Amino acid sequence: MTASGPAARRAAALRRGGYGRYLARRAAQGVFVLWAAFTLSFVVLYLLPGDPVSIMLNATGDGVGVDPGAVAALRAEHHLDSSLVVQYLYALADAVCGDFGSSIPTGEPVTRAIAEALPQTLALTAVSFTLAVLAGGGLALLSTSVRWRPLRRVLLSLPPLGVSVPTFWIGLILLQLFSFRAQLFPATGNAGFSALVLPAITLAVPTGAVFAQVLAKNLAAAWRSPFVETARAKGLSRTHIQLRHALRNGSIPVLTIIGITVGQMLAGAVVVETVFSRNGIGRLTEESVAAQDIPVIQGLVVLSALVFVLVNLAVDAVYPLVDPRIGRLERRRAPQEALA
Amino acid sequence: MSLLEITDLRIAYGDRPAVEGVALTVAPGEIVALVGESGSGKSTTAHAVIGLLPGSAAVTGSVRFAGEELVGLRDKELEAVRGRRIGFVPQDPGVSLNPVKRIGEQIAETLRAHGLADRKGAAEEALKVLERAGLPDPELRARQYPHQLSGGMKQRVLIGIALSCGPELIIADEPTSALDVTVQRRILDHLEERARTTGTAVLLITHDLAVAADRADRVVVLRHGRVVEQGPASAVLTEPREDYTKALIAAAPTLTSDRLKTTDPAGVPVLRVEGLRKDFGSTLAVDDVSFAVRAGETYGLIGESGSGKSTIARLVLRLEDPTAGRITVVDEDVTALRGKALRGFRRRVQLVYQNPYSSLDPRFTVEQAVAQPAKAFAVGDTASRRRSVAELLDRVALSADTIDRRAGELSGGQRQRVAIARALILEPEIVVLDEPVSALDVSVQDQILRLLVDLQAERGLAYLFISHDFAVVRQVADTVGVLQAGRLVEQGPAEEVLREPEHPFTRELLAAVPGREVRV
Amino acid sequence: MTAVELLPDTATSVVADPRGSHGPVRRGGALRAAVRRPGLVLAVLVLLLVLGWAFFPEWFTSRDPFTGVPRDKLTAPGAEYWFGTDHLGRDLYTRVVYGAALSLKATAIAVAVGFVAGTLIGLVSGFVGGRFDGVVMRLVDVLLSIPGLLLSLAVVTALGFGTVNVAIAVGVASVASFARVMRADVFRARTEVFVEAATVSGVSRPEILLRHVLPHALGSVLVLAALEFGGAILAVSALSFLGFGAPPPQPEWGALVSEGRNYLASAWWLTTLPGFVVAASVLAANRISRALDRDGGDFR
Repeated sequence: MTASGPAARRAAALRRGGYGRYLARRAAQGVFVLWAAFTLSFVVLYLLPGDPVSIMLNATGDGVGVDPGAVAALRAEHHLDSSLVVQYLYALADAVCGDFGSSIPTGEPVTRAIAEALPQTLALTAVSFTLAVLAGGGLALLSTSVRWRPLRRVLLSLPPLGVSVPTFWIGLILLQLFSFRAQLFPATGNAGFSALVLPAITLAVPTGAVFAQVLAKNLAAAWRSPFVETARAKGLSRTHIQLRHALRNGSIPVLTIIGITVGQMLAGAVVVETVFSRNGIGRLTEESVAAQDIPVIQGLVVLSALVFVLVNLAVDAVYPLVDPRIGRLERRRAPQEALA
Repeated sequence: MSLLEITDLRIAYGDRPAVEGVALTVAPGEIVALVGESGSGKSTTAHAVIGLLPGSAAVTGSVRFAGEELVGLRDKELEAVRGRRIGFVPQDPGVSLNPVKRIGEQIAETLRAHGLADRKGAAEEALKVLERAGLPDPELRARQYPHQLSGGMKQRVLIGIALSCGPELIIADEPTSALDVTVQRRILDHLEERARTTGTAVLLITHDLAVAADRADRVVVLRHGRVVEQGPASAVLTEPREDYTKALIAAAPTLTSDRLKTTDPAGVPVLRVEGLRKDFGSTLAVDDVSFAVRAGETYGLIGESGSGKSTIARLVLRLEDPTAGRITVVDEDVTALRGKALRGFRRRVQLVYQNPYSSLDPRFTVEQAVAQPAKAFAVGDTASRRRSVAELLDRVALSADTIDRRAGELSGGQRQRVAIARALILEPEIVVLDEPVSALDVSVQDQILRLLVDLQAERGLAYLFISHDFAVVRQVADTVGVLQAGRLVEQGPAEEVLREPEHPFTRELLAAVPGREVRV
Repeated sequence: MTAVELLPDTATSVVADPRGSHGPVRRGGALRAAVRRPGLVLAVLVLLLVLGWAFFPEWFTSRDPFTGVPRDKLTAPGAEYWFGTDHLGRDLYTRVVYGAALSLKATAIAVAVGFVAGTLIGLVSGFVGGRFDGVVMRLVDVLLSIPGLLLSLAVVTALGFGTVNVAIAVGVASVASFARVMRADVFRARTEVFVEAATVSGVSRPEILLRHVLPHALGSVLVLAALEFGGAILAVSALSFLGFGAPPPQPEWGALVSEGRNYLASAWWLTTLPGFVVAASVLAANRISRALDRDGGDFR
């Protein structure tokens, strides 16, 4: 994602008009992504082999001998008697109005179920994201600053370790060490900040590791670039170069992966909230999949796309302000001297 | 007493030596040129002086600056010397300024790092630096980012930074090799003038003897990490003592050296371009260009970067479609060929690229690379193709065992020979040479140019020779065309254009060719 | 789930360094190279061991993964039971060994699905180019906007539970990254000077695709495949941990960790050791992927 693709596209958009039009274009693309995510989830959930109604009713535990009336009602509710296109159009029209239907087992409207679970997960994600940025950024800075080889190697090997370890395992180990052995934090539940600590750390490990990896790579690349040589030739200290030159250049590409990272934290919450028995979006997802509660799953997929779109829109808004080169990237592709 | 005194400097990367016992001196206010081909260790030596080598380099010997030993100093101590007492001008200004910091900040931070100014004072001083660098509207430039400045402006900024703290010595590492010739000259003039007026000594690293001759008081010639010869510029360049220096001087083309091409072409026109035009969106890359190339003739197309010379090559090769105009090969209009006919056309026009490192697939053996065009047109069978490849390799003076090696294992000069053999296997009528020697060292460059001239005489080839270098074009071209911003501003017989250039831009290009000071 | 962030790694290394392959390539000395990279050797050994478990479990253990010795239940790891026993007295080591087959099968299916579908999409999209490429890449962007695990969960919901369905779901989630890398590589290879040189020489388009573009593009996709192998182990085990994989008593790795959750306080080994095996396998796969990446670069 940090490749020149998105950056070039931003540059192209920015060149075509002013900042306002640029943002408007990006927002329009966001709407497209939302629509496409909705359509995709519709295709996956309703068109794959298997009759959604029997899946739904089966999952509620009724099993054999379901009430034909219930089947008919469900079919009518989801317009399953009509053609696929009509079904899809009904669903899309409802979704635009914010109606994703109701949960099969509980009958609760999907949007309300999500709204109830969202605050818990937002708190978790926010704390975890902050942790990941601080720890990942710190680790990247440290590992590129340390000049003693063995320590540097150890520090550089931490991020690959972080992305390789299963999240559920980290959570369980933290539980064992800090809840059961040391009894510092509660093992489960949503009560208060102390219940947030272990889940947040767990969720922050893979994300922080990714940040550290990407940032360390960019910092290293910056240190190899000629402008750093110029800076050194000017007599600037290593610390000055690291903080004022390398970090500034190196953190710009990190911006581009924030959207994906936040989405992955939402997905990671499924595991983390299960491990720590917390209520939230993740738990809702896990329970809905277990119950094959298709309307809720679809709502969750669209929610994650919405989060992705919003975060990326924020990144897009900031990007041209931190990277003055934007608008030039596109020109680089002018074919004039391509042969040379 | 000398300002800089390097004695027995040795630098190695692991077990691979890069510099083996270099000794040289620079007196206060003196300009010394360190000349050598690629791999001679000139740049490594320069970087060693201010301790900018990577950690894997092992440095021994002595570098004394104003009596103080620099080898073995700790970073903190070196930082006080760098920028403050020794300025550095890098090779490629395009990448040597931080792209996301304003120009003004990048100048000011140097002054502040050495405690020469506070925040406010440094910002004001930065404006003066820009003014002395000869940049109009310093206030505007200080607020801009590097990508908003041209290459020449950026190099002026970098020279300004190097001089900003009043250093006693400036190290300039090939300061103009990434710039256009006309810009090159202005930047060197600027650097020389600033150095002379401030009394700053300069260690000028260059691969170009002519540049050294024009600018330096003394010249040090480096080869394989050793000093071959050194002395006053005039002496070394007019009366070289060592064979290597002599060969280097003989190989370097100047505007007065002997032309390689002596015969006059008398063939019929094989390539004719009329009213050629190419737009890329709103930019006009090629504007109403007409010329003709006869069999056995070399047409030299000269221009700076962005002049449209490469676009013309692509149009002639039909890699790009012209917006307007006509291209004729012998009597066939090839402007709009498609499909099969276009493929047939490819047999008649071949191409040699500038960069031999990227124009050959590194996975291919030399045989595969050279035989590929013949195979594409199903010429002969595998055995007969191998024979033709072997003959061609012999013709381009590559040893017989080259045939089974991979392109990746060859040197730049060898690769360019392979690329020439590949261009000839289909026996084309026209060969487009796109800066065929500009990526090569002078001695190799000379060999390749001679080879091209011989092959042309032998086979009656028509060459479209594209270059930015007037001295090179002059050696091989019968006719030259001068391109400026997509327009052919002047064309005619090479000797004539050279002797009596009519267009001011041609005169500027000619004046920019280094080597005016010392005539060999 | 890490593949996407690491794409630039694999992508940039493929660009031919203009002066990189200057000298002759040094061959031989594989042993010396191995000694210099102990981490890589260890990674290869770990992966070989795990593959051995998957294909010939009976070579590695003589016990049965399904029947336990009730009186030895919840025994801590020791000489008798290397990984300890679970609440039914089953040997955990044996269950991990037999679980390798299920978990690696799912991983292999997942990578195969992503690899085949993704590279085909990327190859066609990159080579056809133009408007078609624009539409395909927009779709790929949409796929990338939905977190992989969530997409897998949606697919599992539709397909139903079980090892194979989980594998397909994980594979579907990785199609987008494969497509993207392949397409970027095809594009890059298409703009290489030597590809244009082949065009000028009159070489036909299919020939260029086959001889120049594909070999150069394949390198980084294989690197990604190795990387995705690690990612797929993680994703498969996560889904299995959540209970959507094979039903008990099948010893899938993720399910083993999940079973051990009830004994967190009393039997630490039930969660820690299977989880450790998962982590070690992923780490090994990622290490090998990185080595492939770097060697791929050196090769030129």
